[in-house]
Amino acid sequence: MKVGVVVFPGSNCDMDCVHAVRDELGHEAQTIWHDETSLPAGLDFVILPGGFSYGDYLRCGAIAKFARLMPAIVDFANAGGYVIGICNGFQILTESGLLPGALLRNKDQKFICKDIDLKVINSSTAFTRSYKKGQIITVPIAHGEGRYHIDQIGLKKLEDNDQIAFTYSGNNPNGSLHSIAGVFNEKKNVLGLMPHPERCNFRSRDSLRILDII
Amino acid sequence: MLKAILFGGSFDPIHLGHLHIARSVKHMAERVIFVPCYQNPLGKLPQTTVEARIDMVNLALEDEFAISTWEIDQQKVSYTIDTINHFESEFGGPLGVLLGVDAFLEFPYWKDPRDILKRVKIIVFNRPGQNLAQVDELLKQPLFEGADVEIIRDSSLNISSTQLKIFAYLGEEIDPFTTPKVAAYIKDRKLYARKEDLNVQRKDPSMTAITAEIIESHGLTQDEYKRVNQLLGREPNMTELGMFSVLWSEHCSYKNSKPLLKRYPTTGTYVLQGPGENAGIVDIGDGVAVSFKIESHNHPSAIEPYQGAATGAGGIIRDIFAMGARPIACLDSLRFGEIKDSKDSRHLFEYVVKGIGDYGNCVGIPTVAGEVYFEDSYEGNCLVNAMCVGVVQSGDQPIGPLYGPIIKGVATGVGNPIIYAGSSTGRDGIHGATFASVELSDESAERKSSVQVGDPFQEKLLIEACLELLKTGVVVGLGDMGAAGLTSSLSEMASRGAHGVEIDVALVPQREKNMTPYEIMLSESQERMVVVVQKGKEEEAYKILRKWDIYAVTIGHVTDDGMFRVLENGKVAANIPALALTDDAPIYNRPAAEPTYLKALQNLDLNTIPDIKPDEAETVLRTLLAAPNIASKKWVYEQYDHMVQLNTVVLPGRADAAALTIQDTNKRIAVKTDGNGRYCYLNPEMGGKISVSEAARNVACTGARPIAMTNCLNFGNPEKPESFWQLEQAVNGMAEACNVLGTPVISGNVSLYNESEKGAIYPTPVVGILGLFEHDKAPMTMSFKKAGDKIYLIGETLNEIGGSEYLKQIHHLVKGLPPRLDLNTEKILQSAIIDLIKNDWVQSVHDLADGGLLVALVESLDENKLGADISLTRNAALRLDALLFGESQSRVIVSVSSEKLADFEAATAHLPVSRIGQVVSHHGLTVNVDGAKVISTSANTLIDLYDNAIGHIMGHH
Repeated sequence: MKVGVVVFPGSNCDMDCVHAVRDELGHEAQTIWHDETSLPAGLDFVILPGGFSYGDYLRCGAIAKFARLMPAIVDFANAGGYVIGICNGFQILTESGLLPGALLRNKDQKFICKDIDLKVINSSTAFTRSYKKGQIITVPIAHGEGRYHIDQIGLKKLEDNDQIAFTYSGNNPNGSLHSIAGVFNEKKNVLGLMPHPERCNFRSRDSLRILDII
Repeated sequence: MLKAILFGGSFDPIHLGHLHIARSVKHMAERVIFVPCYQNPLGKLPQTTVEARIDMVNLALEDEFAISTWEIDQQKVSYTIDTINHFESEFGGPLGVLLGVDAFLEFPYWKDPRDILKRVKIIVFNRPGQNLAQVDELLKQPLFEGADVEIIRDSSLNISSTQLKIFAYLGEEIDPFTTPKVAAYIKDRKLYARKEDLNVQRKDPSMTAITAEIIESHGLTQDEYKRVNQLLGREPNMTELGMFSVLWSEHCSYKNSKPLLKRYPTTGTYVLQGPGENAGIVDIGDGVAVSFKIESHNHPSAIEPYQGAATGAGGIIRDIFAMGARPIACLDSLRFGEIKDSKDSRHLFEYVVKGIGDYGNCVGIPTVAGEVYFEDSYEGNCLVNAMCVGVVQSGDQPIGPLYGPIIKGVATGVGNPIIYAGSSTGRDGIHGATFASVELSDESAERKSSVQVGDPFQEKLLIEACLELLKTGVVVGLGDMGAAGLTSSLSEMASRGAHGVEIDVALVPQREKNMTPYEIMLSESQERMVVVVQKGKEEEAYKILRKWDIYAVTIGHVTDDGMFRVLENGKVAANIPALALTDDAPIYNRPAAEPTYLKALQNLDLNTIPDIKPDEAETVLRTLLAAPNIASKKWVYEQYDHMVQLNTVVLPGRADAAALTIQDTNKRIAVKTDGNGRYCYLNPEMGGKISVSEAARNVACTGARPIAMTNCLNFGNPEKPESFWQLEQAVNGMAEACNVLGTPVISGNVSLYNESEKGAIYPTPVVGILGLFEHDKAPMTMSFKKAGDKIYLIGETLNEIGGSEYLKQIHHLVKGLPPRLDLNTEKILQSAIIDLIKNDWVQSVHDLADGGLLVALVESLDENKLGADISLTRNAALRLDALLFGESQSRVIVSVSSEKLADFEAATAHLPVSRIGQVVSHHGLTVNVDGAKVISTSANTLIDLYDNAIGHIMGHH
């Protein structure tokens, strides 16, 4: 599998993603600078990593959607390419319209970094195929703005379409609507989630397989 | 008869006054030559084009006088000495130099003033609004002895260029001011038609007379001011006074602490760079080196906790990557007033933590460890000490794509350009360094302009840009503009490099209008670096900096004369020997005197303290677990991203120190900060020893060998003998501990004057220890691992409750002597712990610290939800409170699996060891003392208290 990790100014989990995909999973991984206009040929999978792209001034992910590289990522996703947005990457995907919903400030206004339990809701996608439906996996979170929100119509669409990937199990750390932690697009080739599956050298390595899509 | 009189000036525009003056001196020389000066086209003030200025001079002179464009042709600002050299070679000598009063008053700051006076006649003419009395005063200086200076006291033609320009702007008639041809030229081309063209001068503090009040407000004493005069051979101007005041503050010069700091060991097997650079470095083998340092940001945080703490983190991170190291971890040592009682303290605590979090989280450096204490003495003067750890190549061999070579903060290589990189310069933080060296009072709240504002996004870009830049090899030196900004970074780089530097502040990017050289040189705006690169390699540097959207501009160059010369649009604004700033601050050997209250404070008669009864033990334990000094700091570290970069192999709260892998290498390290101010208050020497020993013990408890140390000395006003005594005693204790434990001091910071209106803080040395794993066993954690494992206590428990958290919480006393610590015992214990871990003979290790044995046991139950059955015996003399809650030093609890018991007992035969119980599967704690049950409870309730105490106080659950 050939993986590209996008580097925006202010990304700070880019090298962690490269490490997870290359050193832990054994795939080919390269970084892609935000100012490029096209993706490298033959890419199977694009990762939008966590961090604070462009300082997250204005609103998380709101400036990144105007990056020179973004149209190429949108084209890639629309053509069926696999894209995952982690944390700030998830925020960028919702801002750029590749995923529905929005991410708001955590309910208690504080940044939260800790291991949480995540429940797999849809296990029949490339990202989640190695889990069982309902399985609980341990993944760290680290964010200040991860409260997932969507309107009622959008929520119904997500549910009807089986687009909810993960929910927080037990404690809902940030006040997300229906404890939603990650969602797919309609075609299930784009995933966004707040937890960090690449943070694989901590208590649990469960989450690494989310990045092992092919 | 002079060969020529040189009449230099900007001539913007030339006017009748100029011609009048030239005519009045032309009898003295064969010729008068007008020499329009070069003006930096990048200067901040809009200006008339070079061509227009030359055109106007030509129109005005009409062959009556000559013009030379030599200075303009040089395409740079020329020194008068260079101009003299040029014209002497053309016409021979002697020459005359014609200049106005204002220029002449700055003559002593020019390059080579003595040389100029030896060679030429100086002719000074009066200008509107100038005071000739100052000239007469100046001429009394020894510099002018025997010099040929003539003053033309005629001021009959009262004209200035500024006046003319204002008239032009207002559309008034300008003919009376200049020649008809020049006036027509100005009108035709609509020169000076815009307001900004007026070039009206801002108030220039460099011309302010220096009074006793000004000297005092700069934190300098009269004696120090005299010393400045001696070093310069003249009086400083305001800009120079400001520069001396910041570099001679305690924060930058260590003038009060230097004699004590010399007592620390600073060399050793691992030390690659000791104190004196931006940060120290240790070589941990296989081409890998670690740079680390701790620094205080106490006063800014007390005034503006969020920005104060954020920029504290930002500043220490820059110190680390200024060495070429990639920052991989931050630690924070914090002290506040009692959060239970004080809303102010809760506010400071809340926003300091948020400030550190928001900064570190955004730059992507995990905050992995630290400590927080709450004591009344810090009310109104909180302590915020930030430590950063980075990784760098120890030599030329690359060790991985993330890391590069070491760089020093030096300026060398004459002519090498000095590049300014990062955020623009504003008025924020002016005098932060002197601010850090005065006591706080109510007025301090009005000093908010001294607090800097941070931009972690810019810092992240700077880190990546600088580290990428260093790999190109074009960088000669790198410096962080931290405390005292441009002044400290450049003077230190010049001094270390044994060179001089020259910069023009007009080239410094500015975010506010009309900034003076004084403000630009003293600004502490954040996220700024200076980079000295090889001459001719500027483009290579710019290319990388631009890629990361870093604003960068060349502001000057390295010189060979050892001077720190600051120009503004070519005019000298300050000219100081760099060494005078960095090395010539006075050093004070302050008198020390033991505080008179100390003996009474240390006197604790245990007979007056009722021991606890067995049935009170559980209540006491609950009280202690919920005491903010002991309770879990989860509320703090969950607000920090402590995992990013994937190096944090043991998460906060799971071990006595943070254990980190170093990505792309086979190295692992452990780090921890510690410092018990209460112990130091009661006995600073013992407290100093304990601070070093405890931080080192924490590191050893993970299995890493402590190899080096950084420290931040937070004390009161050193000019008070009692405060200085505390400092001296603490340093003595720490130095002795460093020697015995083998942890040389490689970096650090001193924060004195920590006093609020309530008095001095507890003397608080904060120690940061780095440990190295010399084996391949996993870092050890504190949690019990398996039911059936045996629990041992290593170390001796004495009747030591003086200075303990128990005494404070239960008996409301801060009194007595702190526990005694024997450094040799400590050393033997730490070696034994490391061996036990290396040989896999223990399952868990946990240091006994605040709260003593029972608190440590509860902390060991959490992670794996196990329990412990404990049976203790004691000799008749040992108090129950001392046994359960005393803080005797050099003690740890370990758990051992049954198959390793023999090995363990053999390995610890030389130590005071007792088996105290075993791990059980149900999540509870039972404790028997001499066969009688004192505690039997579920662990859940205890851990719940421990985990949530601080969150409850702070209003979050």
